[in-house]
Amino acid sequence: MRRLSWFNVTSLTLGFAFLYLPMVILVIYSFNASKLVTVWAGFSTKWYGELLQNQAFLDAAWVTLKVGVAASTLATVLGTMAALVLVRAGRFPGRTLFSGMIYAPLVMPEVITGLSLLLLFISLGVDRGVFTIILAHTTFAMCYVSVVVSSRLVTFDQSLEEAALDLGCSPFSAFRLVTLPIIAPAVISGWLLAFTLSLDDLVIASFTAGPSATTLPIKIFSAVRLGVSPEINALCTIMISIVAVGVIGTSLATKRAAQRQKRDEQAAARAAG
Amino acid sequence: MAVPVFAPWDDPTQKPLIQFKGVTKRFGDFTAIDNQTLDIYTREFFALLGPSGCGKTTMMRMLAGFEQPTEGQIVIGGKDMKGVPPNEREVNMMFQSYALFPHLSVWENIAFGLRRMNQPKDVLEARVEEMLRLTRLTKFAKRKPHQISGGQRQRVALARSLARAPKLLLLDEPLGALDKKLREETQFELMDIQENTGTTFVIVTHDQEEAMTVASRIAVMDEGRVIQVATPSNIYEAPNSVYVADFIGDVNIIEGAAKRAGDGYDITWAEGVPPLHTRKEEGELISIPDGGKAYLAIRPEKVAIHTEKPQGMTNAVQGRIIDVAYLGNLSTYHVRLANGTMVRAQTANTRRLALRPFTWEDEVWLSWTDTAAILLAE
Ligand SMILES: Nc1ncnc2c1ncn2[C@@H]1O[C@H](COP(=O)(O)OP(=O)(O)O)[C@@H](O)[C@H]1O
Ligand SMILES: [Mg+2]
Repeated sequence: MRRLSWFNVTSLTLGFAFLYLPMVILVIYSFNASKLVTVWAGFSTKWYGELLQNQAFLDAAWVTLKVGVAASTLATVLGTMAALVLVRAGRFPGRTLFSGMIYAPLVMPEVITGLSLLLLFISLGVDRGVFTIILAHTTFAMCYVSVVVSSRLVTFDQSLEEAALDLGCSPFSAFRLVTLPIIAPAVISGWLLAFTLSLDDLVIASFTAGPSATTLPIKIFSAVRLGVSPEINALCTIMISIVAVGVIGTSLATKRAAQRQKRDEQAAARAAG
Repeated sequence: MAVPVFAPWDDPTQKPLIQFKGVTKRFGDFTAIDNQTLDIYTREFFALLGPSGCGKTTMMRMLAGFEQPTEGQIVIGGKDMKGVPPNEREVNMMFQSYALFPHLSVWENIAFGLRRMNQPKDVLEARVEEMLRLTRLTKFAKRKPHQISGGQRQRVALARSLARAPKLLLLDEPLGALDKKLREETQFELMDIQENTGTTFVIVTHDQEEAMTVASRIAVMDEGRVIQVATPSNIYEAPNSVYVADFIGDVNIIEGAAKRAGDGYDITWAEGVPPLHTRKEEGELISIPDGGKAYLAIRPEKVAIHTEKPQGMTNAVQGRIIDVAYLGNLSTYHVRLANGTMVRAQTANTRRLALRPFTWEDEVWLSWTDTAAILLAE
């Protein structure tokens, strides 16, 4: 293997330090025994214990979870449907406009999305709460889902669906039995993406949340305005771990699946030759 | 005892299984199929043959129900197919790309169509096992499509499309991905299966040898139109146009002016040499006005080659050997005639190499009988 030059080593170190040093500091201070965030007073896990006693944080976590699961599931259903229409329907009047409108919220400033949703809810007289946050998160997450799913559908061999029709499936069961299982990885990553987006959204949630429902990001943000506490550090460390486990887990699973497929194909080639 | 010949197309009491009635298919302003009328009969092994892009797949997709004719009517089993979706047709298709379901095992791929028929479990299982045996895939039943070889995948696709015992099986270039030897084996397998199951097969191919081997009748297509429909031997021996003659096998075309003479036509094709004569067979409908343009199509294996001018042959022409293609069992001599026309003569190599009398630059005579050439008007 080629040795790395000093220049490469330096830029690598600096780059990673820039990315991860803040998080490392946060994780380290979450185990600080002192109440003062910037003074190290020995190792302790007591803030994690205190966190579990803090009803406000637990409530916010529960709201966040409910919103995340509900919104990402709704967004996945709607986003997948939109992707199917955009990729499959061929040309119909207004197709370009329609696809443009699906993707516009991706580049729309969140403040505008949040504000317009707020105005909508007020004018409809809807009480703001968990329900309105779910609707708001569904709205912006479905664009991301539809991007992920349509990029998979573009390379999907449509003759598979035709084969299912040919073998007696109705169009809907062809989708359920053939298309959906095959594009499932894309649909699942769309769901995960939507869930992550919902998990860390602060702006839109602040506009659409009512006094009855506070999500974790809102809670953290308002808590931090009164000063950073070690409890917050502990909470953030937990969130980092959940995300890290998720990311590492999925990438390992994908890698394993790819390796297995390659091995199978080689075995088949040997058997044939 | 005479074996009854299978020729329902000659029997006016037979009703065709498939009827194309003036079918036109347009994609935008491109005409893929142009006013097509065609009958296909039960138990036929019908081949659609033609160059890439001539509309073969489009014909199949209209039969399967994936495309609707722009004009005209398709009738299958006496029923107009207009508006009948693919899943309600007793037709199955083997796709050019096989279209195996990658997330299902070989067993489940074959069972897929049967599950849609609400059969009892044991009937379904027996049918799948039967299909696995028929296509010799029993050993691979548990594998996924990506775990088997190309030839095995092709057999899975065949088994899957046969499992529902369709009235009509459509095969779109089914053997395209196989090498020559495996392809030939599979052709005979297909013919066996077709005979044993009594299914009507329509096969698309661009390989003329394949069509000649498997088909009861061949339709030669060009740019959205069927040029000729006939049995393989009639397509070969009695093509109706230069296009068909040229598409099927090797052929020499000599152009000239026709004139009625005796029992057929004399063709004047070059200055200062006697005209070529061809006899008009009984039943041949061709009629060319005197002096009209005509083409003689002569298969290379029907052209004899001599060192001396042959005596008593109606058609004899002189030329020089330009090239010799040695194919082992056969040799093809490329001979240039005085007016520049190239004619190929093919002989079987029944003697060892050293004893054969012709080589490059030799002056030779070519001859053929007055029934060997086919006279064509276009
Ligand atoms: N869905 C379609 N849209 C536009 N043109 C098409 C479509 N399907 C086929 N064609 C055109 O119709 C012609 C015939 O195609 P096809 O039937 O696939 O030919 P073949 O199978 O004989 O190679 C081709 O020129 C092709 O480009
Ligand atoms: Mg084709």
